[in-house]
Amino acid sequence: MGVIYGNLSPSRGGGVANRGGPRPTAERKEMNLKGWRERITVTDFLMWVTGGAILLLIVWGSAATLASGRYQGHHWFDFVVFGLAQGSIYALIAMGYTMVYGILRMINFAHSEVFMGGPYTAYFVAAAFASSGFLDRHPVLSLAVVFIVSMAVSTLIAVLLERVAYRPLRNAPRLVPLITAIGASFFLQYTFRGLYGSGFQAYPVVKILEGQWLLGDFRILKFQAVVIIAAALLMAGLYLFVQRTRVGKAIRAVSEDQEASSLMGISTDRMIVTTFVIGGMSAGAAGVLYALMFKQVHFFMGFIPGIKAFTAAVLGGIGNIPGAMLGGIFLGLVESVGPSLFLDGLGIVAPYQLKDAIAFTMLVLVLIFRPTGLLGERLAVKKA
Amino acid sequence: MQPGFGLWQSGMKIGLIAGGVAVLISLIGMVEAFSQRFIISEGITLGQTLLLTVGLFASYQAARKTPGPRPFGRLANAAAAGLTAAAVLGFFIFLGGHLNLRKVFINASPLLFKLLTFEQELGPGICLLLGIGAAGGIVAGLFFLASPRVRKTLGAACGALVAMGVLQDLLAPTFALWGPLAVINDWLYEVNGLSLGGAVFLFAGIGSATHLWGRKGPAIQRAFGRMSPARQKTVRLSGWLLVALLLLVLPQILGLFLSEVLTIVGLYVLLGLGLNIVVGYAGLLDLGYVAFFAIGSYTIALLTSPELGFFSLSFWTALPFAILFGVLFGVLLGIPVLKMRGDYLAIATLGFGEIIRILVLSDFLRPWLGGAQGVGKIPKIAIGAMEFGTPQEIYYLILAGCLVVGFISYRLRDSRLGRAWMALREDEDVAQAMGINLVSTKLLAFATGAGFSALSGAIFATKLGSVYPHSFNVMISINILCVIIVGGMGSIPGVILGAVALVGLPELLREFAEYRLLVYGAVLVAMMLLRPEGLWPEAVRRRELHEEEPEEAEAKTASSPDRSR
Repeated sequence: MGVIYGNLSPSRGGGVANRGGPRPTAERKEMNLKGWRERITVTDFLMWVTGGAILLLIVWGSAATLASGRYQGHHWFDFVVFGLAQGSIYALIAMGYTMVYGILRMINFAHSEVFMGGPYTAYFVAAAFASSGFLDRHPVLSLAVVFIVSMAVSTLIAVLLERVAYRPLRNAPRLVPLITAIGASFFLQYTFRGLYGSGFQAYPVVKILEGQWLLGDFRILKFQAVVIIAAALLMAGLYLFVQRTRVGKAIRAVSEDQEASSLMGISTDRMIVTTFVIGGMSAGAAGVLYALMFKQVHFFMGFIPGIKAFTAAVLGGIGNIPGAMLGGIFLGLVESVGPSLFLDGLGIVAPYQLKDAIAFTMLVLVLIFRPTGLLGERLAVKKA
Repeated sequence: MQPGFGLWQSGMKIGLIAGGVAVLISLIGMVEAFSQRFIISEGITLGQTLLLTVGLFASYQAARKTPGPRPFGRLANAAAAGLTAAAVLGFFIFLGGHLNLRKVFINASPLLFKLLTFEQELGPGICLLLGIGAAGGIVAGLFFLASPRVRKTLGAACGALVAMGVLQDLLAPTFALWGPLAVINDWLYEVNGLSLGGAVFLFAGIGSATHLWGRKGPAIQRAFGRMSPARQKTVRLSGWLLVALLLLVLPQILGLFLSEVLTIVGLYVLLGLGLNIVVGYAGLLDLGYVAFFAIGSYTIALLTSPELGFFSLSFWTALPFAILFGVLFGVLLGIPVLKMRGDYLAIATLGFGEIIRILVLSDFLRPWLGGAQGVGKIPKIAIGAMEFGTPQEIYYLILAGCLVVGFISYRLRDSRLGRAWMALREDEDVAQAMGINLVSTKLLAFATGAGFSALSGAIFATKLGSVYPHSFNVMISINILCVIIVGGMGSIPGVILGAVALVGLPELLREFAEYRLLVYGAVLVAMMLLRPEGLWPEAVRRRELHEEEPEEAEAKTASSPDRSR
């Protein structure tokens, strides 16, 4: 388990020679040097130069932005809060990707549709509450119902997906489930379009979530705060569930080694379904938070957050739950702070358009210099 | 499961699922949308066919899965499945009759319920539906009990009927262009759907043809096998010549719209052949492949379009640059991902694809790349005085491109490099241990694939006359990947077949636009579940995929008893 597979550069000579017992220090040093020289290839060198150049650009850009003083402290605070809210939604979605990947080693491409289905269905409940005035009279209760409906629908979709599309493919070559997932994603998107129509639906406004809190110069929009707190609570609950309960332990065991855990009397199928249930629930909750933040739902709304969340999962180290949380929040922050911080100072026009480019560049850089993601070591061995 | 009771139970379970599917199909609006499309004029509509197919398939499955050899049990089970499916649908109609479902489901319109109850009152309508369900179940059960040859014949005949009915809007105008065929056309088709006489003729014709082929086919194949090698070669060669001739005259036969579809398919074949090298041969899962397509297009646009005013070269002088840039970027984007494997590689390349698209789209690079408005006024390709403007003319260019690229990848497959790629695909570590230079081998794969893609992009740019960043989103990459996987990874004919099936057919069925991607998705899933090796797989791969599934091999031999006899 100790080997970090993805990080391995082609090990030639040097590594083995080092193992040959105690040697005089001078000689060992020389061997080490030689090993290094042999191990570093031209491409490695190129990569380090590119990475260094990008880092330099970031530092330069940030310095220039800060020196120009265009943004005040409260601007940055806004960016950070927005980034945190956005990021915690990514993190919740990423949970589903990362857990499914951990247990089945597949990219559940259709998870973005699991994320879309819940809030889209719950919209009708929310709209009914809003039109009957129930939403204004009992906002907390009706929000709770909306959450429960959304989570239930998302869970249902996730479980059906697993049963119909993925279970028959457990032992298929790895591209096959990926294509299946892509197909399922299309199917679900257009099924929902057929069911609910192709227009944007505006989520009803929840009055208690409007407005802002002021802390001196800094302000927090209420719904952003709620999104952050709700997501944090959910993630904490999820983490405790996976770490502290028997079922959570069983899930971890299955993702560690399916065969051995089934020999230990764990029902692999049931644990996989449980994983999909958890992923579906957190996606459903994330979906409502997303709808509260952006105030609308649409049959195509899952695609972009889905890709972002998957990116977050990879950033954090796929298969790793705290990693997904960290990756999601990191991605959200970089996206919201990055354009103004790095690019503005470089004199780039309309830097906000490039926020996705920053996110993906970050992803590629992390993959190059730390291929297992920020926290991912545990599962790295069986990967690839 | 207790014996006796279990018989009904399994049928009802399947029926419940089928009923759910039928309700879903109704709710997403397919039944209503297709209620005006007649397969047989004034007889049966496409919507009805769809629902009926679901019921029949379920009953067939129920009959197949019935435990025990008794035919009566199978029939009963099939009938139970059909009845249950109809009952679920009936319950839905009942619900729709009393509640206003339309508030949530926009397609739950009164018209839908009118269609489902055959324009009767609720009660009689549901009863009629139940009757049809049970009858359909029994028919499907009988179908299962029939001999395989009868099954094949009937299946082919019914399939042909549905296909001809669905493709009417395409076939009819094409037929009408050609004098003698126009007569057949008039006779075969009414304004909407097949004429009754035409349908009967088609059913009988296709049925008997299938039947005959089932009887004589093996004999013909054996006769071909007995021919001398030289003669076999001549027969094969003449076959190829026929195909070549057909390819040459195809756009002239098919008319403008179908030629347009052909050019799109051709572009996807080019792209697919390129990605086939990266994914199919070398096993490097690249999800950002569209980037090279974009680079090819944009190079042509920048070098030839007078709109930006940097250069205004002709297409032919710009083309080498386009391909060169593609190759260059293939290497440049390949270097960082050299050490990544599997899904990490996929997601990193996806990132690259998106980065390129976002950069092109941004206002930051607008003075050089045109931003969201793209670049227009790309001149048409010309050889001497001949211009390639219409789809029919561009088709020949694309055909030439496909032939060249197909030939290159065919020759590459068995070359030293091709072997190295395949070794890489099977196991990177072992390949390295065998002395394959991973760096150069991988980069060559990326570069070759990128070059092909850039070529396709170049033709795409001139075909459209303008380029927009929105033409290069991640869905294109995913579509190309689906093309090669559905076609059969690593197989050249597979790529062509995949492009026709996944790009051509959906283009042809534009009138069903709303449900195109839905069906596309469903077909992808079904395909992966039932035939993961693709439509026309490479021989090695087929063996590999079926090695571990002896039961499937058994099922195959069981379903073709003709051969074992």
